[in-house]
Amino acid sequence: MTIEILGIWAGALLTLCLYSFLYRDNPFYRFAEHLFVGMSAGYWAVYTIFYVLKPNWWDRLVGAGDADPNLLWIIPGVLAMLMLLRVVPKLAVYSRLPLALIVGGGAGLQLVTFFQTNGLKQVENTIIPLTGGGTVGLVNNLILVAGVVCGLVYFFFSKAHKGFTGGMASTGITILMVAFGASFGYTVMARISLLIGQTQFLLFEWLPTIPRVLGL
Amino acid sequence: MKKLLERIGNVDRRVIFVLMALAVIVPLALKLTMEMPVGEGPSYELYEYIDQLPADSRVLMSFDYDPSTKPELQPMARALVAHMLGSDLNIVAMALWPQGATLGQEILSGVSDSLGAEQYEDWVNMGYKTGGQVLIVRLGTSIEAAFPTDLENVPYGEIPMLSDVSTLRDFDLVVTLSAGDPGIPAWVMIASDRFGVPVGGGCTAVSAPQFYPYLQQRDGERPQMEGLLGGLRGAADYETLIERPGLAAAGMSAQSIAHLVIMVFIVIGNITFFATGRKKRTKGGGR
Repeated sequence: MTIEILGIWAGALLTLCLYSFLYRDNPFYRFAEHLFVGMSAGYWAVYTIFYVLKPNWWDRLVGAGDADPNLLWIIPGVLAMLMLLRVVPKLAVYSRLPLALIVGGGAGLQLVTFFQTNGLKQVENTIIPLTGGGTVGLVNNLILVAGVVCGLVYFFFSKAHKGFTGGMASTGITILMVAFGASFGYTVMARISLLIGQTQFLLFEWLPTIPRVLGL
Repeated sequence: MKKLLERIGNVDRRVIFVLMALAVIVPLALKLTMEMPVGEGPSYELYEYIDQLPADSRVLMSFDYDPSTKPELQPMARALVAHMLGSDLNIVAMALWPQGATLGQEILSGVSDSLGAEQYEDWVNMGYKTGGQVLIVRLGTSIEAAFPTDLENVPYGEIPMLSDVSTLRDFDLVVTLSAGDPGIPAWVMIASDRFGVPVGGGCTAVSAPQFYPYLQQRDGERPQMEGLLGGLRGAADYETLIERPGLAAAGMSAQSIAHLVIMVFIVIGNITFFATGRKKRTKGGGR
């Protein structure tokens, strides 16, 4: 039995163990679940040390290869150690320093780019001429503009949702429901796709190995 | 009649699981195929954009996913790589997700062998680097600083196809296959909107609806994304467009039948719910 076939059998048996939960909770399911959690923790610990900390921090600090050591990298090292102080209640307050740097840096980096890409650009793309794209284009653009305006009216609470405003708000919530429905449809598709992928694995990779393993 | 409807409404959920399993297994086992026409849409737009790129154009391909989304994104990756290498485009691969680098290598070496493409001449895999959005900003100033070596530890300067590539702006297209964060939003924010490099890609079906606004285009302006493959359907579309049907196209018949079964269950559920007088309400008023 080659290592490849061993891998396929391990994958297949663990898949069946996990799917057994659909019948009811059982020891096989719990074994597979605990194995996954334990292996994930181990995998990520090793990966973080060798693929994140070592190349991005340690190698730069000590000067791996032909590079010169750079003692400035002690600073992020100290900040990382401060972060770990969260586990010591008396010293946990010092962990706020690196946390503040992460939050501040992240917010500063994200604020402008996120607003530009997901706010301004989207508003800009909604300001479109209603004519020029033929009948289909006109209908599309009308739905887009009316949908955005009515959707915004639904979240405008300074005026009672009655009369004309109420009509627009109702249209807005209807359009939001259509969007949620489409989103749910895509979610169903994603979950079925995962089932299809795993079924293809069982049918076309695992099943053909059974006669070979059993010597048939 | 009412009793029958009540019994149907109270059917054991395991019966539904069995029917769903059959809806998926039977079409796959019988290798059922369905005609799947690909009309104008995000999948076709991406295909068309890649197809019109001149030979030797450079594409940066980022494998931003892991094995949990492999059934959706791996067929997409295979179809995209086959199209690009078949059109003599040069692929520089990388990953914002650790396991994406290995999944990308599997695709690149497999497709490359079947098409006779050469590593370091037609494609190279730079591997994984942590940082997400910050890393993409770094690529905008120096790719060599972010990736001093490739996945196999070959120094950047010794890779022939990278001799005249220094920053993100040297690429004609960025293609990202994204399962979450970091992924498409980060590439659109930095590569497309900040550096002006066209971005296209694929994503899991769950996240597809949130990326559709990036496809909106004003007259005379470039969209934020050139095209988008959404889930298994997007992958199957692309396989159909390049005339290389694979796992995604094979899975679409099962997908369609499973959707039909779900729709039937939804209809039956609604009929039994209304016909039995909406009796089953929990204390909080929910259903």
